[in-house]
Amino acid sequence: MAFALDEQQQMIAETAAAFFAENAGGERTRAAMASGIDRDLWRAYCRELGFGGLTVPEDLGGAGLGHVELAVVAEQAGRTLAAIPLLGHAMATAALLASDDRAAIDAHLPAMMAGDRSVAAGERGGEGLLVPHAAQCDLLLLLGEGGAHLIDASAATVEPLKSLDETRPLARVHASAGDPLPGGAAPCEAARAAGVLCLAAEALGGAQEALDRTVAFAKEREQFGRPVGSFQAYKHRLANRTVEIEQARSAVWWAACALDEGHETRALALHAAKSFCADTYLRVAGDMIQLHGGIGFTWEHDAHLFFKRARAIANMLGDGPHHRERVARIMLDDAA
Amino acid sequence: MKLGFSDMEEAFRRECASWLDEQMAGEFADIRGIANLVDKPERRKAWERRLAEHRYSCIGWPIAWGGRDATLNEQVIFAEEYARAGAPNRLNHMGVELLGPTLLALGSSEQKARFLPAIAEGTAIWCQGYSEPGAGSDLAAIRTRARRDGDEWVIEGQKIWTSLAQFADMIFVLARTEDGTRGREGLSFLLVDLDQPGIEIRPIRQINGEAEFNEVFFDGARCPVENMVGAEGEGWTVSTTLLSFERGISTLGQQMQFRNELDAVIAAAKHNGKAADPVFRQRLAEAEIGLRLMRYGALRMLAGGKGGALAGAALTYKIQWASWRRALGELAMDVLGQEGEVAPADAEGWPLLANLYLYSRADTIYGGTNQIQRNLIAERGLGLPREPRGNA
Repeated sequence: MAFALDEQQQMIAETAAAFFAENAGGERTRAAMASGIDRDLWRAYCRELGFGGLTVPEDLGGAGLGHVELAVVAEQAGRTLAAIPLLGHAMATAALLASDDRAAIDAHLPAMMAGDRSVAAGERGGEGLLVPHAAQCDLLLLLGEGGAHLIDASAATVEPLKSLDETRPLARVHASAGDPLPGGAAPCEAARAAGVLCLAAEALGGAQEALDRTVAFAKEREQFGRPVGSFQAYKHRLANRTVEIEQARSAVWWAACALDEGHETRALALHAAKSFCADTYLRVAGDMIQLHGGIGFTWEHDAHLFFKRARAIANMLGDGPHHRERVARIMLDDAA
Repeated sequence: MKLGFSDMEEAFRRECASWLDEQMAGEFADIRGIANLVDKPERRKAWERRLAEHRYSCIGWPIAWGGRDATLNEQVIFAEEYARAGAPNRLNHMGVELLGPTLLALGSSEQKARFLPAIAEGTAIWCQGYSEPGAGSDLAAIRTRARRDGDEWVIEGQKIWTSLAQFADMIFVLARTEDGTRGREGLSFLLVDLDQPGIEIRPIRQINGEAEFNEVFFDGARCPVENMVGAEGEGWTVSTTLLSFERGISTLGQQMQFRNELDAVIAAAKHNGKAADPVFRQRLAEAEIGLRLMRYGALRMLAGGKGGALAGAALTYKIQWASWRRALGELAMDVLGQEGEVAPADAEGWPLLANLYLYSRADTIYGGTNQIQRNLIAERGLGLPREPRGNA
């Protein structure tokens, strides 16, 4: 057992980090906020980087990699607040593969892998489902009691909304249920697992970046004749966030590994990872504003982009209390 | 990246488990599951010797010195099975996990030959003489002095918070050997026999009523000059080498004990109905998540290499587990309500969870307080500027 990235996983992490550092973040993210998506970035991700088929088996033209690799890449996307439909893509890929529906796979997967067809995914709750990137994507993956539905966006009513997170805006979706993907509950479960992992990893990356930027600021900014980062009130707060981020990293790796190995703790790991990583991101992003002082409250500074992304992630695919209640069910061994 | 152990490692796990279970069900059943560190010391010394007879006393040490040259994974497995079997806390923890590895790394061949076998055989129990009344978090402020007298060092001063000194045979001491030095300069690392006239040990009663810690007074205590580890004045370096072992393997075994404690809280919550209360369900879930993340954090730390570099996971581990356990103690008392505050009138100590509540207040203090840990994380991990220091 070696609970660390192996050489290939390390290489993928470095490749993804370099790609997003060069092509995403900063001005790119802000430019994408007008339309809510960075289509050039997504195409480059799928084609130039060749990660469109990251988790697709090799016989279907993909890279045949697993959830660890997906998590490593999503972490880097989250670091740069990349405005790409990675979440829906990962979820739809998982749903299609789990359905084993050759016709659907042939109809959608090649175009998805090439970046020619994008997917937005959401969970059916009550009426008026809110789906991130629904107004920007070609396909909608809707999860619900009746299974996983993959439909053409044009077949649904999609109402774009002003959204807190402009890098992944929500739209209200009304769609009538057609036939779900075959495979029973499997496509839904696979999609939810990939989605939860993706969000947890994104949260980890976002939290790490928010921390790193705040640490850099703490070393430069001087008050009372010394760097603000030399004050214990300041450094202890950053230390607390560091402790949480280290745990968040353990959570993401645990969940990714458990999925790939079909480990008995798989469900527990996913609920733990989603709740812990989202909470961590919320706290770090909140502290990013606080510890920057006034400049952190300005539109010009990036702190609010992290703060808003963190809030959006916390609410997607089940909030913290929801996932902790799921953990409680597993550990307390009852069906309450 | 992998979660599971190999077949060979699992076979080793079964071997350890069956031996430990046999011992704990048989001859050593009377010390099974002892939750404190002070009960039945003689029986626990016998247990140390039994471990040694079967080469389980220091499995990570080289074969030549009584160990098994066990891999990190094997050590993890043994620590887990040890705790799972309910075997008592190691009376010779300091000798096996702190002093032994330090001597293996820095000791002279004479020192190894003289001190390692007795640790491996479980016949010499060691304790650690670092903290002093004026040197707690600021450990380098040590004032205990050792002066050279012919072939011996003569020691004057006082140590405090010395765990298990009342049961120990030997103590490793950080003392100032050079007059006029301050801080980390001029300190030396000495191995001292506790059974001599110049030493007095006074137990300190703790908030749980037990006395695990002691004051150790040195009034002309002596040790031969060849008992200095490392060179004169290099005691600080020797001692920090040793501290890096403290973050070692034992943490994984410790987590099994935490598991038992969390299970006791869960059982109590199920028993009194709090397990159905949504607020308690959230808190219990948080505790469960925290414990699992501790395990994977520790595995990441171990994957970082033998010796444990001061990487992120290693640097944050102490505050993580200590804070988790303290919060578990609070949760336990909240779950139990008033019933948690009482025990039978003739009870000798406190039941598991009340003791957890009290004892865990020490976890966030010893081995570097949470505040010191945060400074270390911020300064060594994040590279933030050091707090300006006074002149003391």
